[in-house]
Amino acid sequence: MKKTEKILAEHPFFEGLASNLLKTIASCATNVSYTAGQVIYHEGDMADQFLLILDGKVAIEIFSAERGSLIIKTVGSGEVLGWSWLFPPYLRRFDARALKKTSAIALDGKVLREKAEADHRLGYELLKRFSNVVVDRLKATSLQLLDIYGKHA
Amino acid sequence: MVKYPLKVNDEAVLEPEGFQQLLAILKKYGYQTVGPRIRDSAIVLDELDSIYDLPVGWKDTQDAGTYHLEKSGAPDLFGYTLGPHSWKKYLHPSDLLLWRAKSTNNGFEIISERHNAPKYAFLGVRACELNAIALFDKVFETADFYDPIYKSGRKKVFIVAVNCTRPGGTCFCASMNTGPKAKFGFDIALTEVQGLRKHYFIAQVGSINGIKILSEITYRKAEEEEINLARGVLEDAAAHMGRSLDTSDLKSIFYENFEHHHWDKVAEGCLTCGNCTMVCPTCFCYNVEDSNSIDGEHAERRRKWDSCFTQEFSYIHGGVLRSSAKSQYRQWLTHKLSTGLDQFGTFGCVGCGRCITWCPVGIDITEAAKTILAETDSANRGNHNSVKGLIKESPHEKD
Amino acid sequence: MKATTKDVSMTIPHLVQRFTKETHDTFTLELVPPAGNTEFSFNAGQFNMLYLYGVGEVPISISGDPDDGSKIVHTVRAYGAVTSRMMALTKEDWIGIRGPFGNHWPIEKFTGYDILLAAGGIGVAPLRPVLYYILSQREKYGRVTLLYGERTPVDLIYRSQIEKWRGRFDLEIFVTVDSARERWRGDVGVVTTLIPKARIDPANTLALLCGPEMMMYYTIKELSKEGVSDDRMYISMERNMKCGCGFCGHCQVGPKFVCRDGPVFLFKEFKHLFWKREM
Repeated sequence: MKKTEKILAEHPFFEGLASNLLKTIASCATNVSYTAGQVIYHEGDMADQFLLILDGKVAIEIFSAERGSLIIKTVGSGEVLGWSWLFPPYLRRFDARALKKTSAIALDGKVLREKAEADHRLGYELLKRFSNVVVDRLKATSLQLLDIYGKHA
Repeated sequence: MVKYPLKVNDEAVLEPEGFQQLLAILKKYGYQTVGPRIRDSAIVLDELDSIYDLPVGWKDTQDAGTYHLEKSGAPDLFGYTLGPHSWKKYLHPSDLLLWRAKSTNNGFEIISERHNAPKYAFLGVRACELNAIALFDKVFETADFYDPIYKSGRKKVFIVAVNCTRPGGTCFCASMNTGPKAKFGFDIALTEVQGLRKHYFIAQVGSINGIKILSEITYRKAEEEEINLARGVLEDAAAHMGRSLDTSDLKSIFYENFEHHHWDKVAEGCLTCGNCTMVCPTCFCYNVEDSNSIDGEHAERRRKWDSCFTQEFSYIHGGVLRSSAKSQYRQWLTHKLSTGLDQFGTFGCVGCGRCITWCPVGIDITEAAKTILAETDSANRGNHNSVKGLIKESPHEKD
Repeated sequence: MKATTKDVSMTIPHLVQRFTKETHDTFTLELVPPAGNTEFSFNAGQFNMLYLYGVGEVPISISGDPDDGSKIVHTVRAYGAVTSRMMALTKEDWIGIRGPFGNHWPIEKFTGYDILLAAGGIGVAPLRPVLYYILSQREKYGRVTLLYGERTPVDLIYRSQIEKWRGRFDLEIFVTVDSARERWRGDVGVVTTLIPKARIDPANTLALLCGPEMMMYYTIKELSKEGVSDDRMYISMERNMKCGCGFCGHCQVGPKFVCRDGPVFLFKEFKHLFWKREM
């Protein structure tokens, strides 16, 4: 447990989090790894965990029948994958696929949700951090939408 | 009359006959004299052969969006101020062929054009216009480049300035420190004194060339009383300008009030017709147009006056940067009163008032500036969304 | 710089020695001056006005090696009327050149610093001469990093050159695209996402930014967050240009003539003019 706590504490996502909260989170943590090309989740799957990427690269994709899969973002070491576990209906909104061998810490979303309801301080800390992720993702998506390198830049 | 030798800055007296001779001597030395004439109910700049071509006895009444001429009842040659033309008509022609090109077997060839502007004598240049010409000299010769077409035409020009004895309804040269008295940049400067039983010109010598021309016409030494009379008329003119503008803090219009909500108000009604840029003696922007013949055998490049009040002016791939009337008006005004100062060391505006007269909706640059400035005081500084720049003290160009 | 006696309005026909298609809308021209003309010399960051006979003239950054005076290299993206027509050029065609104009990235002053080049889209083309220059005097600079963001993988230019440069141990290159098909193995995300990866030392880094204004705007924000100060960032601006030498007035941003006071600006000196609506 101690080792997991240490890894969590060092991950940029949990920077500054109080150690007792880290302990709680660590109790929901497991180590996971994916091989290159392995699907991590599909859109519509139950969102019951989120990943802290330690090493590797994951592609977040949208699938359309005519165009196939389009990668809209890659996340790597030091970043977080998956925020749908925090917001109802707790279903994945995108696909995720490991592009190369990826190691991560998986955190049990369902359990964390219950603990967050019980301890609002934990809830607030998680929400603060995940809102940031969503905001960053939104901003990046807007920029990508604007197609700034395109003809009508 | 005793002829006495003239030096630069000397003042002599010309009777009207002497003035007649002036035109003849200029012609003798190969100058094409251009100056004020009446055409289409306005005083424009055009070729002059004799003093009778001038608008003798005419005066103009100017106000925001209005201009009309009427007989003054007095025989003065220069009893009016400015019309819609300025000397950029000759120094910076509105439509100029830069070069031609022709298609060849393996590409194309540029045929350079010999730009041989006529040797002009500008007759009737006002003090504000001397400042405008001086600004053009700065625009077209920088530390890195010069425009050879402008330069070659400019150095041939002989300037006979005329001091304004009757200030115009939209004039504010006194505020801009550019007039009404001509202080530099002329070969000869004339002050017309006309009244009961007298009509003469005080001619101030401005250059060696001026001496050369004057030495061939009839003049006499100016009496002190005559000089004082002329001086008095000019001082009176300075005190009766149609408009005024406090220039002490004009830079803040751009640097501190760029996003001020009052711009919507001052630009309200602006049609972006561009009249102001056409009549403004300091507007220098031009467009470069490439074209080719239908068969592709020949191509040419022309230079034409352009205006910042068009959609094309600020077009960059994908869109127009300044599309609204407000942004275009703001660009023009801040260039004249604020940023021009940073670029050239003097205001872009010389206070001639043409833009006020010839604006079809009567927008007044002095009023617009005052409206924006009214919001800038020490309490308000930094409260608006400002464009904080390197605010230097506004230097007034000392002539 | 002293007043040049060259007539800056005269365009000089140059021969297209080589035409390389980079992508579906981007191409590189290698031009040589007519016989008897002196070698072309320029500084990284400058541009030429390129004239397509009978069609028009456009300002295009020079993207070759400043040390190689035997040819003039321009990488062009077809954005408008003239550049789209230029795509039909081939070897042995002729293009008119006026220039070079503008100021340059003052890299000769950057010795001893870590250099971060942030390129967005075709913005990589005006930065390539910087890289050539630095690599020719590599020992004078600290860490050198290139961040390059493009629309999609098919829009990436200089691919083989970048792949070759990637092999060097004294240069780090990070590439990202805004979106990609599933076969892409690289990063996907806006170019600012590369900044944390570059692990810059803000105290010793000079950043050179080139790309669409929006890209530069967000890159400046991210770099500022990393601790890079305004006087350590340089940008390259673009505006409508007709003369290229400060006479026609079109390229003005406030008091600055982009063709003459720029296109390279120290961000600290341009900050009050940057990203102001309808300036």
